[in-house]
Amino acid sequence: MRTALLCLLLVSGCATVEGERDPRDPWEGFNRGVYRFNETFDEYLAQPVARAYVAVLHQEIRIRVSNFFSNIQDLLIGANNFLQGKFEDGVNDWARFAFNSTIGLFGIHDVASDFPGLEKHNEDFGQTLGRWGAGPGPYLILPFLGSSTVRDATGTAVDWAVQPVGEVRPIALRNTLYGLYFVDTRAQLLDASRILEEAALDKYVFQRDAYLQRRRSLIYDGRPPREKIE
Amino acid sequence: MKRLKAALLMLALVAPPAVAQEVPPDTLVKNVTLEVVDLIAKDKEIKAGSRAKLVAVIEAKVLPHFNFTAMTALAMGQNWTKASAEQRKELTEEFRTLLVRTYASALAAYSEQKFDFRPLRAKATDTDVTVNVRVLQPGAQPVTLDYSMEKTANGWKVYDVMVGGVSLVANYRTEFANTVRASGIDGLVKDLRAKNKSLEKK
Repeated sequence: MRTALLCLLLVSGCATVEGERDPRDPWEGFNRGVYRFNETFDEYLAQPVARAYVAVLHQEIRIRVSNFFSNIQDLLIGANNFLQGKFEDGVNDWARFAFNSTIGLFGIHDVASDFPGLEKHNEDFGQTLGRWGAGPGPYLILPFLGSSTVRDATGTAVDWAVQPVGEVRPIALRNTLYGLYFVDTRAQLLDASRILEEAALDKYVFQRDAYLQRRRSLIYDGRPPREKIE
Repeated sequence: MKRLKAALLMLALVAPPAVAQEVPPDTLVKNVTLEVVDLIAKDKEIKAGSRAKLVAVIEAKVLPHFNFTAMTALAMGQNWTKASAEQRKELTEEFRTLLVRTYASALAAYSEQKFDFRPLRAKATDTDVTVNVRVLQPGAQPVTLDYSMEKTANGWKVYDVMVGGVSLVANYRTEFANTVRASGIDGLVKDLRAKNKSLEKK
């Protein structure tokens, strides 16, 4: 299976791209190959499973599942805020984790969001690297995970290495949690991906530009220095 | 005294009455958003999934507050100057249709969420402001909607919308530039038209 995947990536990587190269995306040929693989995987497996998940489980239950994973993420979000020197935000994130893990029953109820000031943040190690001054590097599409950059993929690897679900035993339970996390994430993106489908002339380009803009905005916590469009 | 009266009369004539009743940009965004969300909530046809009815509501309530020519010009960048008057008209028309459809989809997906209208951070004399709105969702960071607005003779007009930090206008720039490079401005008009046709069928 792994060999087959590698071959697929290598073959499609050789495809050349017409026209001018975008300086932010020097590996476009390779990326488009992985992109096609991801689209196929999404069309035939990830999206149907996510749709079934939404159809079968009541919204109330799905929100509990999302909250459970969101709560675990608050640990990492807090750690990243500390690494970026935003101590107040970090304390806020860990307070959320403390409240939600206890009063919120292992995180399935997001009680913290009802407290004024205990708002959910969005941080990861890729953003931390950005804060520390690292540029995004070339755009990169990861198999299964989608849009990234060299910087953000490094961040994802670090976040993944330290996230606590990996420690869960037995292995079967850990894998079930991973699977549920993937389906829950895809299900949350169903509306967004449909809108993207409708809005884009060239989905690859539209998604890439949106990703790069979004990451830039996140690194500056939603207030990036204004780029003058003329 | 006569002079003063004349001066006052002049002032009354020069100052357009619109200034007095002009709606500030943040109030405008709030009023229009709430009105549309309320209409959607009450409309049986839209609830049942009628996209045509939803588009009609957006065209009537939201469109008058957008400056689509400015949006198209910004998305076109350098190529705007190369377009003829006829091409500009066609581009604006097709881009408008595409944006309205996208907006309709987004509204249909998110209209049940709560909105948080942020106070405007701008001076009274500013003519170019950003109005911040946040869409609150359970268990996730709020999605930010930032409306870039410009003061015109006909009130405040939106010329860009940023969703979660992604500028719609900027996002179409590369796509537009690529298409124009490959098949010219007429090629872009053709592509946009084909795109809108394919969405109409859905």
